[in-house]
Amino acid sequence: MIGLNHYLILGTCLFGIGIYGVLAKRNAVAVLMSIELMLNAVNINFVAVNRFIRPDEVLGQLFAIFVIVVAAAEVAVGLALILSIFRHTKSVNLHDFNLLKW
Amino acid sequence: MSAMIINDLVFVAVAGFTLLSALGMVLSRNLVHSALALILTFLGVAALFFNLGAVFLGLVQILVYAGAIAVLIIFAIMLVMHGDPAQTNRFNPSLGTHLAGAYVAALLTMALSLSIWFSELPQVKGKTVEDAAGMLAQLFMGNYVIAFEAAAVLLLVAVVGAIILARGANQS
Repeated sequence: MIGLNHYLILGTCLFGIGIYGVLAKRNAVAVLMSIELMLNAVNINFVAVNRFIRPDEVLGQLFAIFVIVVAAAEVAVGLALILSIFRHTKSVNLHDFNLLKW
Repeated sequence: MSAMIINDLVFVAVAGFTLLSALGMVLSRNLVHSALALILTFLGVAALFFNLGAVFLGLVQILVYAGAIAVLIIFAIMLVMHGDPAQTNRFNPSLGTHLAGAYVAALLTMALSLSIWFSELPQVKGKTVEDAAGMLAQLFMGNYVIAFEAAAVLLLVAVVGAIILARGANQS
């Protein structure tokens, strides 16, 4: 019988995969994609808790929509930043983004 | 009873598909393949939303994530890619950093999964709401109207900021 635990564990596994991508990748676009994966895992948790604890309300779905809005804004600004940096350094390798380093 | 078994089988299939696509996204060395696997992951999450009874949210997920954000990411990849595409998405060459990332991710996943698995979570076997979109609209325009307006302002600022960042501020 699939219950709340299974959905929460699935969300945890997706979040862990996202963290692995953020920490171990060196392409800036890949890091942004991993962050999107983590936000999706959070959305799964919101909707699962909504479904299994308060099924008569939609508050979890409401917050999931807010997360989607913030994720869309974040990915737009993040990709624009990457394009802007790429124009200066001709690279999307995070190792080359050291302009602010002393 | 058989409906429950079918529901469980659908969950297992969709969850396995989503996890495999996510792993494929992280482990692929080609950035374009990573983006395509990410789209499959988004579609799997949308199927999970449908399975949870959140139909409106599943449609929003397909539209916004598998549609808009995927196109945005693929355009950005096409603009920044140069050189051999099979080497565009490599792992960090420092093995220590790579292993530390894997260790942190595995530790977090194991700890959270075990604590979730061994905890008794309160669950309600209620029916899902019929008109989720209508209730969402009432909440957006009712109790959460300030957060709604703030999200609107955030989207406007993000669009303007993204345009300015992408074309360069000092071009006339």
